[in-house]
Amino acid sequence: MTLHLRAAVAERDVELDLEVAAGETLALVGPNGAGKSTALSLIAGTLHPSSGRVELDGRILADARTWVPPHDRRVTTLSQDPVLFPHLSALGNVIFPLRAQGMPRRRARAEAWARLAELDLADLADRRPSQLSGGQAQRVAIARALAADPRLLLLDEPMAALDVDVAPALREQLRAFLAERTAIVVTHDVLDALALADRVAVLEAGREVDSGPTAEVLSRPRSAFAARLAGLNLVTGRWDGRQIRLTGGEGVPARSDLAPDTEVLAAFRPAAVRLVHREDGLPRTVRTLAPHGDLVRVRTEDLAADLTPQEVAARHLEPGSRVRLAVPAADVTTYRA
Amino acid sequence: MSSLPRWVLLPAGLGALFVVLPLVAMAARVEWRDFWSLLTSQSSLAALGLSLQTSLSSAAACVLLGVPMALLLARSEARATGLLRALVLIPLVLPPVVGGIALLYTFGRQGLLGRHLEVMGVQIAFSTTAVVLAQTFVALPFLVLSLEGALRTAGTRYEEAASSLGARPSRVLTHVTLPLVLPALLSGTVLSFARALGEFGATITFAGSLQGTTRTLPLEIYLQRESDPDAAVALSFVLMLVAIAVIALAHRRRSP
Repeated sequence: MTLHLRAAVAERDVELDLEVAAGETLALVGPNGAGKSTALSLIAGTLHPSSGRVELDGRILADARTWVPPHDRRVTTLSQDPVLFPHLSALGNVIFPLRAQGMPRRRARAEAWARLAELDLADLADRRPSQLSGGQAQRVAIARALAADPRLLLLDEPMAALDVDVAPALREQLRAFLAERTAIVVTHDVLDALALADRVAVLEAGREVDSGPTAEVLSRPRSAFAARLAGLNLVTGRWDGRQIRLTGGEGVPARSDLAPDTEVLAAFRPAAVRLVHREDGLPRTVRTLAPHGDLVRVRTEDLAADLTPQEVAARHLEPGSRVRLAVPAADVTTYRA
Repeated sequence: MSSLPRWVLLPAGLGALFVVLPLVAMAARVEWRDFWSLLTSQSSLAALGLSLQTSLSSAAACVLLGVPMALLLARSEARATGLLRALVLIPLVLPPVVGGIALLYTFGRQGLLGRHLEVMGVQIAFSTTAVVLAQTFVALPFLVLSLEGALRTAGTRYEEAASSLGARPSRVLTHVTLPLVLPALLSGTVLSFARALGEFGATITFAGSLQGTTRTLPLEIYLQRESDPDAAVALSFVLMLVAIAVIALAHRRRSP
């Protein structure tokens, strides 16, 4: 089960080239308007590509001549809104895709029961969607989507509408279900990407700007968005053998085996950033301060630093304060740009 | 409520009185002693039976033709649907007598279709079929408009979810779209039935007034008004009760 998407939508200025291998889960991340929803619509069949093609398991779903309607694609979408049919019970909702495939009534009923039981929902089988909590409704929606037995599952921010205390359990269940399945998950949440996806593709302005194994993309981000998703500071510059010369001429000490004079990216955690008085610290102006766990996240023009409240108080930091920042060389991950 | 000036109560109260008072006045004139015999006279029973039969047929015809029309109006993005909506509205504002004339020149003996039907030995004008046609003509917009509104409110997200789950368009229609708008479909049907039951102008123009064949309740009331006012009042009272029942039914459906 492989998906190939190489298609453009001219009026949205989107041009994508995505591939998902059999059994793989790809996370699509990127700022709003980056083209994530457009990608899902192209695959689900709610949007015609202006050029290119969509192919699933060697079958062309859409190109200049072919158009397979959504119901015939074996592609099922699970969005943040469960969209359970309000006139059917939880069980009826899960029976729906089974009957649509032509399964006999009794078998469909038994199968739907089994699906609900798998997700510990057997007690809720007779409830109407209006009698379910958000988390329960989303689990019924998952059972229903899986009952459709799709070749490709599209998850559009599946956990975005859930309470923080419900999301972890559901994420764990989804992770188990997605292990063997081919899926694409659109998310804003680094935890979703880490837990659910084998690979991440970062979209920006309708193009893919970075992609690779999830751990790789999150530890060595190549785009501002991926860096923000991973919670890392990202700078670009030139490795001179001892330190990284940033575009503005400032130096960041680092360690690397790369040959001098290489264009590099460098990532480091905000918690590794220290306030210094030395002349060689990076001069910055504080923009915002916000609580971050038991630390305070101090954002400057381009860098974030996690400082203790005591430090913040002792230095009287507030928006507009001038600071000098430094990172220990051991905490900087340097890689080829 | 609290922001309304108090004087609004006066015209509003007058308006309500204007609607209710005539009904009370009529109910006060009912001859309760003879009520039952007036209702069960041969001509009254014939009119009652005919009205019931034709109005039910018209309501069924409205569902058969109106549901697909409402679906097209609510879901199609083609430019022609705007025109179709305007056309569907015509019977709503057209004087029923004019509708009757129009039907006569379509299905009458010399009419556009009628003359071909005549050759095949089918005569529609001045038959019970004509009554059903006249009633369907005026009642159709009621069903189409109430259903189209409900379809638009329901939106397409459930339908999209259904097709994403592998359901073919026909299955989506019968298992998702129609069940979701069932309350509106029922109240639309009840409204079109009520409109059919009260039809007068188009019926008398296109179908005439033959007892047992085309003389429905409103026609019977109109004719009895001079010869036997008591019977006319009794029959009117029955229609008023039906109207109240219809409103109660449609209202209950709309606010679940």
